[in-house]
Amino acid sequence: MSTPATRTLAPRLSAALAIFVVMAAVPPLALALDDPFLMVIASRMLVFAIAALSLDLILGYGAMVSFGHAAYLGIGAYAVALGARWGVTDLLAQILLGMGMSAAFATVTGAISLRTRGVYFIMITLAFAQMAYFFFVAQSSLGGDDGVALQARSTLLGLPLEGDQTLYYTILGALVAIYAGLYRLTLSRFGRVLKGTRENALRMQAIGYRPFRYQLVAYVIAACLCSVAGVLLANLTEYVSPAYMSWHRSGELIVMLVFGGIGTLTGAVAGALVAVGLEELLAVFSEHWRLGFGLILVLVVLFSPDGLTGLMRRLGLRAPGLRNDGEGRGDD
Amino acid sequence: MFNLFLLQLLNGAQFGILLFLVAAGLTLVFGIMDFINLAHGVLYMVGAYLMATFAGMTGSYWFGLALALPATLVFGLVLEFLVFRRLYDRSHLDQVLATFGLILMLSEGVKILWGSAPLNVDMPALLSGSVPLAGPLQYPVYRIAVIAAGLASAVGLWALINHTRAGMLLRAGASNRPMVAALGVDISRLFMLVFAGGAMLAGFAGAIVAPILSVDPGMGESILILTFVVIVIGGVGSIRGAFLAAILVGVVDTVGRTFGPIWLRMVMDPAAASQTGRMVAPMLVYLLMAAVLFWSPTGLFGRKGAK
Repeated sequence: MSTPATRTLAPRLSAALAIFVVMAAVPPLALALDDPFLMVIASRMLVFAIAALSLDLILGYGAMVSFGHAAYLGIGAYAVALGARWGVTDLLAQILLGMGMSAAFATVTGAISLRTRGVYFIMITLAFAQMAYFFFVAQSSLGGDDGVALQARSTLLGLPLEGDQTLYYTILGALVAIYAGLYRLTLSRFGRVLKGTRENALRMQAIGYRPFRYQLVAYVIAACLCSVAGVLLANLTEYVSPAYMSWHRSGELIVMLVFGGIGTLTGAVAGALVAVGLEELLAVFSEHWRLGFGLILVLVVLFSPDGLTGLMRRLGLRAPGLRNDGEGRGDD
Repeated sequence: MFNLFLLQLLNGAQFGILLFLVAAGLTLVFGIMDFINLAHGVLYMVGAYLMATFAGMTGSYWFGLALALPATLVFGLVLEFLVFRRLYDRSHLDQVLATFGLILMLSEGVKILWGSAPLNVDMPALLSGSVPLAGPLQYPVYRIAVIAAGLASAVGLWALINHTRAGMLLRAGASNRPMVAALGVDISRLFMLVFAGGAMLAGFAGAIVAPILSVDPGMGESILILTFVVIVIGGVGSIRGAFLAAILVGVVDTVGRTFGPIWLRMVMDPAAASQTGRMVAPMLVYLLMAAVLFWSPTGLFGRKGAK
């Protein structure tokens, strides 16, 4: 049953591998060009690739359009600030802390949000993320609205994450590990149930599954993985503020995903690179880069939906039975 | 203490009325067209900016309002013509993306045209000053006028939807769109009217709030999310739900911010109370929303099985 799926996914896997190899070559290139800013941009790309990947699990594979995913980016970042305050400087311990906090928040808000569908789900996830945002804005001991600067980066197994290269390869390592994990997960039985629910929740119920449980578990997993991106982002900027979980950030995560194509994992990585790159590129031309970014976004959605792999799946969703790709048949 | 409570209650009602004006158009667009429009808050902001510009140009609040309302309406129609009508048949994801792109564009456009600094609009002489209210308490006339204008709009909207032909088609369109289209009603023109009306109401809210709050580029976004909370609590597509939820959210938010710390002080020491109060108060409306959804997933007046 997994043979046809593996065959259709293989090109995606090699594309992802190519991206990882190219990104691994960035630090020596930046050194050769003597351009430290290149490293900063590339690091940001990788961090947001992790966040976009985690969103792809629920949005792409679960058809849950969460407009509050950046909340977990912020929770991960605050895990670093809180960890440093409590004397926990190890990266892995901070990741565990961020995951724990994210899992708690995602379990409660996810269980409530998943009682709803469609536009309700979009608005509720947005509202819960705003709630988390205001919670951290009110924490005056953590700098409130202004945020807090970190004293130092985290340590990894006792070694400090000093030097941009060390941090860069740590982020790249995390990205590859999370990609591989999600790739396995989406091919597993769990992933197939999730995809089946995306196609038709009623049928999944009819054959004896409870979609709610699978969706909630996926929601929590995505939240935990996104908090890893938050921990790394805080280390990258050595600064933590509620702005990481602003709803603009949640929107940008969705933009990344759609730029690259939803439900493919590789698309999330590619989309994050493209979107962050586009932002940086437009920011070079004008401080009003959002004008151009917004315009590109509107034009892409209006006039070039065919360029987005996601549209094909959504068309398939709208008319089940008319179109049944190999992967879908494999699931049935 | 009672006076303070009354004052906050009125402020909350006034805030709720504003939320209702913005939410009314949005909930109809959600309910009838199943279209998620994140850019609705932008119309509120544009209404306020046009008001500031026209009032500054003519030197009169009333001329400013008279020019700002049709201008917002036209602005809404242009947006509908250029962007929104191409999105009605798309997935929610596409709608979210395109309207998110619009927010980025329009917010930045406002910053370019008017700058980031907040603008002020002068109150009209007729409505400045205060009236006595229960003993020594004074309340500004302008805020009372805002409440009255909002209530009048709500009554007008109710009459329009329940007692006119256009309102009948609108209700029919909300419950079964293809059937109404099959009966020969030009559904896309109906959509356009709903959208334009909603745009003007949001613009109206922005214009009348301009003298109370400062007009700044972030105002559209802060109200948008509270509007979502209102719509989720009230139930998508329900004007009645939007009205009740808007007043509820306005009062809970306003009263909670003032009285949260005061009430908490009764059960804990003052320092902890003010810290906890400041933390909990902004979250109150979201907790309210969660509670309502837990009890009824489609909101207070949402249709059962609505998407």
